[in-house]
Parts: sequence; C-alpha cells; structure tokens
Amino acid sequence: MSILVNKDTRVVVQGITGKEGTFHAKQCIEYGTNIVAGVTPGKGGQMWEGKVPVYNTVAEAVEKEGANASLIFVPPAFAADAIAEAAYAGCKVIVAITEGIPALDMMKVKRAIRDTGARLIGPNCPGVITPGECKMGIMPGYIFKRGPVGVISRSGTLTYEAVWQCTTRGIGQSTCIGIGGDPIIGSRFIDLLKLFKDDPETELVVLIGEIGGTAEEEAAEYIKKEFNKPVVAFIAGRTAPPGRRMGHAGAIIAGGKGTAAEKMAALREAGVHVVESPAEIGATVAKVLGK
Amino acid sequence: MKVHEYQAKELFRQYGIPVPRGKVAETPEEAKKVAEELGGNLFVVKAQVHAGGRGKAGGVKLAKSVDEVYEIAKKMIGMKLVTHQTGPEGKLVRKVLVEEGLNIEKEFYMGMVIDRQSECPVMMVSAEGGVEIEEVAKRSPEKILKAYIDPALGMMPFYARQLAFGLGFTGDTLKKAVNFMTALYKLFMEKDASLAEINPLVLTKEGDLIALDAKINFDDNALYRHPEIAELRDIHEEDPLEVEASKYDLNYIRLDGNIGCMVNGAGLAMATMDIIKFYGGEPANFLDVGGAANAERVKNAFRILLSDPHVKAVFINIFGGIVRCDRVAEGVTKAAQELEVKVPMVVRLEGTNKDQAMEILKNSGLSFILADSMADGAEKAVKAAKGEL
Repeated sequence: MSILVNKDTRVVVQGITGKEGTFHAKQCIEYGTNIVAGVTPGKGGQMWEGKVPVYNTVAEAVEKEGANASLIFVPPAFAADAIAEAAYAGCKVIVAITEGIPALDMMKVKRAIRDTGARLIGPNCPGVITPGECKMGIMPGYIFKRGPVGVISRSGTLTYEAVWQCTTRGIGQSTCIGIGGDPIIGSRFIDLLKLFKDDPETELVVLIGEIGGTAEEEAAEYIKKEFNKPVVAFIAGRTAPPGRRMGHAGAIIAGGKGTAAEKMAALREAGVHVVESPAEIGATVAKVLGK
Repeated sequence: MKVHEYQAKELFRQYGIPVPRGKVAETPEEAKKVAEELGGNLFVVKAQVHAGGRGKAGGVKLAKSVDEVYEIAKKMIGMKLVTHQTGPEGKLVRKVLVEEGLNIEKEFYMGMVIDRQSECPVMMVSAEGGVEIEEVAKRSPEKILKAYIDPALGMMPFYARQLAFGLGFTGDTLKKAVNFMTALYKLFMEKDASLAEINPLVLTKEGDLIALDAKINFDDNALYRHPEIAELRDIHEEDPLEVEASKYDLNYIRLDGNIGCMVNGAGLAMATMDIIKFYGGEPANFLDVGGAANAERVKNAFRILLSDPHVKAVFINIFGGIVRCDRVAEGVTKAAQELEVKVPMVVRLEGTNKDQAMEILKNSGLSFILADSMADGAEKAVKAAKGEL
C-alpha cells in the first residue's frame, strides 16, 4: 500500500505543452507514471510528443481518458484557476508544482475546493511519489526506493537529502510528499499523518519542517494524541534571522512566532525523534527501525 | 515588500482611511515649506526608514514652530537611525514625513494579517495602543481582540462592530470605527497586502479616529498585478548585495558569519546554515541558487557571496537531482577560474553523476576541498574558515 498515488493513478498534466510541463511530464513517464492526458487551453486536439492527447479542459480529460489526478505546471497568475478547474472536473488528487502564487489566491481557492473532495498538494512543492509506482512531481526518481518510511516535507532538495540518506542505508519509502513552502498550502503535515496512520506499509514517518507558521506544532499535538507510529523530524532554519523570508514564502519568523526552537520543543514533547543535524536523519531512521 | 509610512498613508488616503495632514520632504527647506502649508503650531517630523521602533531611537520628533521643523529635519535627514530592528549599523534617513500635530485623547492598536492556521484574514484591535503588540500578546493576550473574516463574505459590518464595541466605542465613534475597518479590509484585499498595522490608531479630542502611524507590507508573489505598488519599492532600504542578487533571481540574504554558502533549494540552504552552526561555525549568508544550478547562475552567486568581505571560506552544497552533478561541477570550476577565488572552497555534490563531478573538480587545477557528505562538508568549511585546513 501507499497513500495518495499508485500504479492505478491516471494523471492529467495541466500545462503539458509548456517548457517545464514537457520536461517533467517526460521524466514522469520514464519513471512509469500513467500520464493519460494533457491540458493546455487552445491546444486541444494535439498529440503531445506523439503519444499523449491534449485537451482544452480538464473536464474533457476526465471524461475521455478517465483522469483522476492532476499535475499542475501553469504559471502563477493562472495557477489558482487551474487548481479550481481540476477540482471541479473531479480530480481527486491535485499536485501544484507552481511557485509564486499570490497568498490571497490560495486562500480563496483552498476554501472553494473544500467540498469537492479533492486533495491538493502544494503549491510550490516537488510533488508526490510512491516509489516504483507513480511519480507526480519534479523529484529525481532514482533516489527513491520502495519501503516502510513515509516522508512529509515543506522542502524540495532537503527532502531528497533525507530520502537519499535512507535509500543509501537500504531503507525505502512508501510515499513521499513535498507539501510546499508557501504560507497557505493544500495539505498540511496533519492531513497526511492521518493518511499514513491508516497505511499498513508505512512503519515510520519522517517529517521535515522549517521556520514559519505553526503547522509543526499542530502536527505535534496530533502525534501526541493519535499517531501510533514513530516519527523522526528535522526543522530547518535554527539559524535564520527573524523577519526575513528564507527563500520560501512561508519560511519567515513573524512577530517572534514560528521559530525552529519552538517547533522542535513541541515535537520532542510529543515523543518525536527530533534530530539536531540534517545529516543525522537517515541514521536516526535506521536506529528507530532497528536496522 | 515593505513600503514607507508616507507611502502607506498615501494609499490610506486613496481608500478614505483618515490620516493626519502632511507630506514627505527630502531637504530641511522642503520640510519647512510643508510645515508652512500645514499651518498651526504643532508639527511632527518622522524619519522614513523601513524599521519599527523609530520613536525610541529619536526618529520621531515634535516641533512647535516651522523653524523648529527645519532644525529637526536638518538633523534627521542624513543621520543613521539605529532602532531595535535595524541592527547596530542603523539606517540612513533620506526623507522625513512632516505632519500636523493632533490632540490625542487615547491610543489604540489595529492590525491585519492572513492567519496561516485558519487560512483567512484576521483583523486585530487592542486598547493597548502605542506599545509593541508582541509585548501585549505575551503579557496579556486577552487584550487583543480578533475577528477571523470569512473571505467569501468579506468585511461584514458585524465583524467590525464586534471589534469596535470591544474597544468601548459607541455612537458616532462606533460608526467611524466600522468605516475605518471596512476601508482597511478593502485596501488589504485589493492590493494583496500581507500585513497592515496601525500603531497607534488615535481617537482625537475632537472625536476623530486617525491612523497616526501606518505600516503595510505586500505579497511579493502578487506584485505582478499591482505595478503601482511595485513602483513603491525603495532599494536604498535593502542590502546592496541582496538587491544585486535579486537581479539574477537569486535568493540571497546576508548574515553575520564568515562561511559563504551556495546551495540549491531553500530548505537545504537553511539546513546548510544550521549544520555549519552545529559544527561551531557561522554562516555568512543564505543563498539558494535554485533548481537549475547552471554555470551562469553559479558564477553570479559566487560573485555576490564573495563580495561580502567577511567571507573566509565557501561551502557549496548541491543535491544534483535532475540537474546532474557533473554539470554543476563544470559550472563551479568555470566560475571559480574566471573569478580567481582566493578563499578555500569546500564542495559537496550528491546525486546523479557524482563520481564524474568529483573527477572534474579534482582535475580542475583549483584547490577545491572535496567533501563526501553534508556533515563532512560543514566540518571542513568550519575548519577552513578558521584557517585550520
């Protein structure tokens, strides 16, 4: 088992004819992802790379190709529209890679799609991967290996770092999710911990947080009360100065809130194995799993 | 993006939010002229820098005559204002705002942000005005009243009434407060603000509610649709190296240490700073070269981080996923050759074609210090910065 995506996931790529969309859709197909359609308004009827049909709307892709998940590469100004279109067309998993979407757009669209039953991952994220089955994102596929560790992270390359530390120790992953670096994101740690809780394949979860907001504290609260599997966590940004946006729109200590120290303390209090150094993630996972 | 108080107040005026009469001035002569136009016998001269805590630092002064306005402006313009938010080096005052003085009855606080937990706009008020709101939040959080606004509804009057009654307003003042909040909400949402703060909001003896101070930040991601806001950017208020980096779409933030960092990805870049500290060093900067760490970007990144004279060693930490490590190594080598880098360079590359990349670095004729893990790289960089390697 896994969460969110697997070999049966039928992916439509919104923005497939763009430079980013084309590059990453090819990489996904190479990995084995079942990309059944592309959407670029105005380019309907074309055949992308001679093999994937392009539609004008997501609704058509759902109707004609049975797409049930969408991977979004459209530019920030049009991304909220693309997310809403995917949700209302019936896609159940939506992964928004786009970086730079205005916060107010995300606030509105997230509320709007609440009742559609769609689960949004991102934006400003590397995507989701279930190793060996489905890669819906921009992560390098070869660093992953199938196994018992679930990964949830606000970062991209730091996730690769953590995954690689596990994979090189022979420890694989069930599903890895980059939830994104923006202040308002589709799914938070807690939403995905709930899914991992019910996934029998996942034995341990790696949680990679960073400064800004209180999503890690919320996760700690949930872990303490309800989560029944070991969690290993790292929080980036202990040395970040307050008031500065550290690359990610959401990575900012504002009004003295959202520091790494507070998050680490809350997670420790919830029984999480919090690592001090990012180089210790793999070794700690191995130790906790008894490997 | 931050803007100056005088710019925020101009926006407030456009939305019908009451602010004191006044104008910005760049010379003492201009300041005097503004005061003459304002008339009366009480003025306020306020240093225009992007930092809070100006009052305590001597950046806000009262004047009782136009000549006094001139004298104060003369001292203030060109001075380095040091507040608890500027750091010890302070900020150069280039402009002052000259305003009419008001008869203040009472001071309040009003603020608005997008609350990340509830994912909606929240308006906050407090009867404890004129003091740091973080202090109030710590000391007596019950004194901050909040309204979580459903963005689908917008600023319904009941939200505003609730807050206004909470502050003890009645009658005409209540109506004024409701209008004030409604206008502030409209400005915030229409211009994609990320934070608005009025501290203090004052009730005058004449019964008017006026924004005595005004602070407003905007969402950088939304500036593309507000060219009139983007124009308000004042690059004098930013670190010159950060301005330079922003021209190349590099995410660079200058810090106090001596180990220059070049990393791909924001999370890994933060983690790299952390691990340097973990091994007893101090990072000189945060620098995310982005996913496509190609030769041109690496070169610009190198140039910028080496312009900081405090940098005694460089730590390059790249996780090459889709960007292959050998390509990154070629870029790093080329940039280091062209720029004749004098400080030790510790390089850690992980991912696709790592071995070829290490060969390229070894055979480059440059004295790269190679690291085989993030921890190893950080340890070596810390030693190199101390001259121990």
